[in-house]
Amino acid sequence: MPTNGAIVQIRNLSKIYAQGEIQVTALDNVSLDIGACEFLTLMGPSGSGKSTLLHIIAGIDRPTSGECRVQNIDVTRLNESRLADWRNQNVGFVFQTFNLIPVLTAFENVELPLLLTQLSRKERRQQVETALDLVGLADRARHLPRQLSGGQEQRVAIARALVTDPTLVVADEPTGNLDSHSAQEVLGVLKSLSSDAGKTVIMVTHDPKAAAFGTRTIHLEKGELIKD
Amino acid sequence: MALPLTYNLRNVLVRWRATLATILGIALVVAVFILIQSLAAGLEQSGRNTGDPRNLMIVRKGSTAESSSQISREQLKTFGYLPQIARDGRGRPLLSADLTVLVSLPRADGNGEANVTVRGLGPMGIELRPQVTLTAGRWFIPGRREAVVSTKMAQRFAHCAPGQHFKTGGKELTVAGWFDGGNSAFDSEIWMDADEARDLFDRESYSSVLVRMMDTNAAAQFMGRMEKDRRLPMRVVPEVAYYSEQTRTSVVFKVIGTFLAVAMSVGAFFAAMNTMYASVGSRTREIGTLRVLGYRRRAILLSFLVEGGIVAALGGLLGCATSVGLQSLSVFLGWQFGTMSFNTFSEVVFQFRITPGLAAQGLLFAVVVGVLGSLLPAIRAARLPVIAALKEV
Ligand SMILES: Nc1ncnc2c1ncn2[C@@H]1O[C@H](COP(=O)(O)OP(=O)(O)OP(=O)(O)O)[C@@H](O)[C@H]1O
Ligand SMILES: [Mg+2]
Repeated sequence: MPTNGAIVQIRNLSKIYAQGEIQVTALDNVSLDIGACEFLTLMGPSGSGKSTLLHIIAGIDRPTSGECRVQNIDVTRLNESRLADWRNQNVGFVFQTFNLIPVLTAFENVELPLLLTQLSRKERRQQVETALDLVGLADRARHLPRQLSGGQEQRVAIARALVTDPTLVVADEPTGNLDSHSAQEVLGVLKSLSSDAGKTVIMVTHDPKAAAFGTRTIHLEKGELIKD
Repeated sequence: MALPLTYNLRNVLVRWRATLATILGIALVVAVFILIQSLAAGLEQSGRNTGDPRNLMIVRKGSTAESSSQISREQLKTFGYLPQIARDGRGRPLLSADLTVLVSLPRADGNGEANVTVRGLGPMGIELRPQVTLTAGRWFIPGRREAVVSTKMAQRFAHCAPGQHFKTGGKELTVAGWFDGGNSAFDSEIWMDADEARDLFDRESYSSVLVRMMDTNAAAQFMGRMEKDRRLPMRVVPEVAYYSEQTRTSVVFKVIGTFLAVAMSVGAFFAAMNTMYASVGSRTREIGTLRVLGYRRRAILLSFLVEGGIVAALGGLLGCATSVGLQSLSVFLGWQFGTMSFNTFSEVVFQFRITPGLAAQGLLFAVVVGVLGSLLPAIRAARLPVIAALKEV
């Protein structure tokens, strides 16, 4: 398979939910290449399959057919445990609802993915501090999630997503629960991840203003990619 | 690698309201388990405390307890002067032919009567039992209708203060003093002169003979010789071993204790299961998140088992603390426990003893119950599909 410089290569990806008699086609034969350093935004009406596509790229869902190669590894073919390891090393996921662990401090939340690596305690500390610094929250390391604002929580979540230095950072409506000011901050951080840190960032959003931060926007409708 | 322990600890603490009932339930189970086992241990200890390593106990062959043993005066003469027996300064053999009789006496609290062992001792009987000390009054004088009562029995039975009289065998006995058996089986006895006892209870023969040996060699020789002598159907055992055998009652305690603990632990098992199901239910999205971060199913499973173990261990520690506290209190207040011995059918007293081993057993027991109770909830947590878990609110 030719590599053509793309980090993510999606070929004929379909996802069909069968519920009794009714079949729901969440993704319909989607093919897509995403390059390094790209900040791709995914738009489309509700139910168009954006989250489904993102989940498959991130290795937390499986397609009905087609393949999804990330750095030439077909993630749709990895088994459960290999996939878990692969996610840990290659993907940072940012959720709409932040999903920080409430009983852990900002520092400990960011450290969680690193506990699965071979890094020493000291190396982990350094990486966590670097990540928190990058999102401008070095001074909040000892705070619990409930002691942070929504925008700060989301920035901690971004720090957690990038602390393992993954190839991909994927975000599903990361600004959906934020006010416009916090949203700007979060989008700024995501943008700098692709432009400065060289990560491939994929973001689902409903907001055209948020999409404007990206380098490219693609549209989904009823599971199909809209060519423009 | 697994999730850090602090993660589980904090989750337990944060959810303390939900887990408290379970912790208390497990604490109760562990406390009951430890207390009953420690009663058994106390009973065994009182058996172990009894006896002098230099002494041999002689009972009739085939009898397991003194109460069913008889040794005639003629038999006593045939072995009472064997050279292996140690002698006192005046050349008399250190030997005591005892008579034990079970008598029924009124309890101090007016709550009916209970059986007590009365031991008639030979002239050397007290000297042969150096762990027994006089605590009040004086020893009985041979030839007088007098008795010396163990301090512990004196508290449990009526008319046992020095100077008081109690009736047995239709005759009156005067209490000359009190003795302390040093937490041995003698703490459950009343002592008097052997010949007075034989007279009082109208017995020809003795129940047992206690002899002091010159040394261990002599003891072996003596036992061998008694064994070979066909005219003497006697069983000779070291005194210490004899009393250790007498604590079969403790087995009953252990059985009851284990049964109770098992029955209660079924409740604790379901309590732990319930708590952990609730915990899994309220943390579904968190579990999904951990999986996205790269934690495997196995790590999630282990984490919830550990958490159930922590809850149970907290309960176990509380249970241990409660039982140790009760023990200290009982020592402080001088409590002791009485029960009917299933060997002699007489009242025996002892103190309960919590050993570190017992506490560890109780704790282990709790953790096992906690981990087993968490198994199904933990499996549910590990099996959650990631996408569905993330959609949970
Ligand atoms: N578990 C499921 N079972 C059946 N159908 C599903 C399931 N999950 C998603 N779908 C369907 O798949 C389609 C795509 O869902 P998806 O969540 O990807 O949409 P989306 O574009 O992210 O929408 P939104 O913007 O509302 O988040 C929808 O029609 C949805 O109903
Ligand atoms: Mg969606």
